[in-house]
Amino acid sequence: MKKHKIFFAFLLIGSMAACNDSSTKTAETAAPEVVANGGQEAVKDDESAKDIVKVAIGSKDHTTLVAALKQADLVTSLSNAGPFTVFAPTNAAFDKLPAGTVEGLMKPEKKEDLQNILQYHVTLAAMKAESFIDGQVLGMVNGDNVTVSIKDGKVMLNNSATIVASIPASNGIIHVIDGVLLPPAKK
Amino acid sequence: MNLIKNNALGLATLALMFGFSSCKPKNVGSAVSGDAASKSYVAPGKYDEYYNFVSGGFSGQMSVYGLPSGRLLKVVPIFSVNPENGWGYSEETKPMLNTSHGFIPWDDQHHLDLSQTNGEIDGRWIFANANNTPRVARVDLATFHTAEILELPNSAGNHSSPFITENTEYVIAGTRFSVPPDDSNGDVPINTYKQNFKGTISFISVDQTNGNMDIAFQLQCPAVNFDLSHAGKGVSSGWFFFSCYNTEQANTLLEVNASKRDKDFIMAVNWKQAAELIKAGKGRKQAVKYASNRYNEKTHTATSTIKTEVTVMDVKDFPGLVYFIPCPKSPHGCDVNPTGEYIVGSGKLAALIPVFSFDKIQKAIAAKAFEGEYEGIPVIKYDAALYGEVKKPGLGPLHTEFDDKGNAYTTMFVSSEVVKWSVKDLKVLDRVPTYYSPGHLMIPGGDSKKPTGKYLVAYNKITKDRFLPTGPELAQSAQLFDISGDKMQLILDYPTIGEPHYAQAVAASIIRDKSVKFFKIEDNSNPYVSKGEPTAKVVREGNKVHVYMTAIRSHLTPDNIEGIKLGDEVYFHVTNIEQDWDVPHGFAIKGAATGELLIMPGETTTLKWVPDRAGIIPFYCTDFCSALHQEMSGYARVSPAGSNVPISFSTGTNQPKSDSIPAK
Repeated sequence: MKKHKIFFAFLLIGSMAACNDSSTKTAETAAPEVVANGGQEAVKDDESAKDIVKVAIGSKDHTTLVAALKQADLVTSLSNAGPFTVFAPTNAAFDKLPAGTVEGLMKPEKKEDLQNILQYHVTLAAMKAESFIDGQVLGMVNGDNVTVSIKDGKVMLNNSATIVASIPASNGIIHVIDGVLLPPAKK
Repeated sequence: MNLIKNNALGLATLALMFGFSSCKPKNVGSAVSGDAASKSYVAPGKYDEYYNFVSGGFSGQMSVYGLPSGRLLKVVPIFSVNPENGWGYSEETKPMLNTSHGFIPWDDQHHLDLSQTNGEIDGRWIFANANNTPRVARVDLATFHTAEILELPNSAGNHSSPFITENTEYVIAGTRFSVPPDDSNGDVPINTYKQNFKGTISFISVDQTNGNMDIAFQLQCPAVNFDLSHAGKGVSSGWFFFSCYNTEQANTLLEVNASKRDKDFIMAVNWKQAAELIKAGKGRKQAVKYASNRYNEKTHTATSTIKTEVTVMDVKDFPGLVYFIPCPKSPHGCDVNPTGEYIVGSGKLAALIPVFSFDKIQKAIAAKAFEGEYEGIPVIKYDAALYGEVKKPGLGPLHTEFDDKGNAYTTMFVSSEVVKWSVKDLKVLDRVPTYYSPGHLMIPGGDSKKPTGKYLVAYNKITKDRFLPTGPELAQSAQLFDISGDKMQLILDYPTIGEPHYAQAVAASIIRDKSVKFFKIEDNSNPYVSKGEPTAKVVREGNKVHVYMTAIRSHLTPDNIEGIKLGDEVYFHVTNIEQDWDVPHGFAIKGAATGELLIMPGETTTLKWVPDRAGIIPFYCTDFCSALHQEMSGYARVSPAGSNVPISFSTGTNQPKSDSIPAK
């Protein structure tokens, strides 16, 4: 199939070249402009309510998360219409991981692992903190589950991270958490 | 695979054939030269240079295209209901289509004029006419939303409309059909046209702060058909020019009977003088009935007010106000060049195009160079007003636009071409065929003091074989020409909605940056707004049930509603509480005979629903707003009349009883 495309392009060029000895102008003016592709994160809009990515970028406590989202190519997805619930570990939460973990995940060859971990922090549907119920199981974007527990009015995830703040965004909601959620090991 | 292979080969062969055919000499076949594609090419993600506003003809709407790509950017509903966005279906917009005849769902939209300041397009508003039931609309160019519709009394067939004065002081609307005035006994024999019929010109004032329109006054003129018009500008500032046909005053078989006289008229009106006379208290108050409909952007609601009085001046009572200038053969277009000195009348049955000089008209008036009177109005001698004639321009001249180099371009309906000629020496410079039979044409700024000189669009009346056939009806074609060189060059064909008549275009930069992204929820003062989910509710008032509903990705609140009974009228007041650009939500409920809604971010709109049977009735968001759009839905329970099910409503809490869940 690829072969035929090339053949087709050849014929086109051939036919245009055939006109060049007549006075008709053709190919040289038709060079198409190359347009840089950006996702919705590149839309210039200072008026609308901020989406999840913009909210995270504006938070000084989430620089590690934002860097990781960029490295994992998740910025475009999280600038999408959503609706998302994002559990957003703070810088301090990442710092609690064993030394070198974050640096290791940021290496290009670990991109898939990083994507897996970050997608384990995202679920579809905008879930308010008060809507969670004890024992609720959330299906996360990476395909694994997170279990919710409610203790003393606080929402905990996998018994390892607690929601410490909730910030609405235009395309969902961010729940700031104090620990990093680690997906179960691959079977 | 085989199929793909064959298709690829077939395409390649076609490309080859097309490539060869473009090697034919010019003016054979489609007359398109090789660089046409690059001239109209706008790369993906790039913007067009111009907004092009195109009248929708019998669709009643206005479409907006990008130039030079021909991309359809939007259809703005004006005079017809529009299922795409609920125009005329929602309770808030229904009053916009109210008239003295009641609600009218469909009209015929012909001409557009962008607002101007000092004769240059300023990008504030665009005005549109309804041709059938006479009305003028104003569309706000920050929201691309029809802001106002004003009905015109004493008129019928609002064709010579809406054309603005240099600073948008007035929008002018001349009647096509002369009729007996609204306050007279119109129950007269039709063949008493000469005695009983009058032609009315409306002067609509425009409030410069908010755009609000009112009928300032009307001029009662002799009964003829006013066809088109344009304001004077520059040297002819303060004057207005109208083409008139049927000066024979025929009332039947106009095809023959309105084509008898060798010359009809261009009517010149000194509108500044008319405005001063009105200011001085002249004119008589006449009892009439017309609707003034305005849309409030804060309440997102239209109000229709029936007004009952206009001030009318009979022009024959005010010498110096109006003059007739003979113009050959049923003139159609009436176009004024950028300096305001030359007035071009296009007699659609004439073999030439007369060009009148404003300076000569003024001298003729001063010297009383009149050939007589018509219905008490002085008729200036043809030669005393004439600057010159464009000889043998083509057949069936209709409309003229101007470029920035002193050239005029006239469409020829019968010979199906655009003819370029020099305003200075009236010599034909170039002619190019159109496909087929052009009506209006448009150059960005082409009727203003500051025309451009890059593009011209011809709006054709006949399509036939230009596009793939789609049954008996084909989309009308627009054809884009590059006019930057000596020769006009066809660079693009594209289909349009309805039937385009006049059009306008303006540099994108004049409008682009002020475009509204969403409506601020804190400014929403609709009486039924719900600014957040906690205030969503259902309220019964007698047999009316008001649902104050919110919509946000990806749920409606409330989404479970009980207690509605047969015999109730249910009003869903849906507020889109998003504050994000380009995130509308829709609303539809099964069996609603009233339509659906599309709600912009920050807006409240209302759907009336009268349930016709008891049961469970689903509703949902119709605009794919998000990944969980399909989940954005709910149920209404309708009980029989007299049921004692109380009103209740909820979102997310009305879970099934645990004992009703089947065991795993």
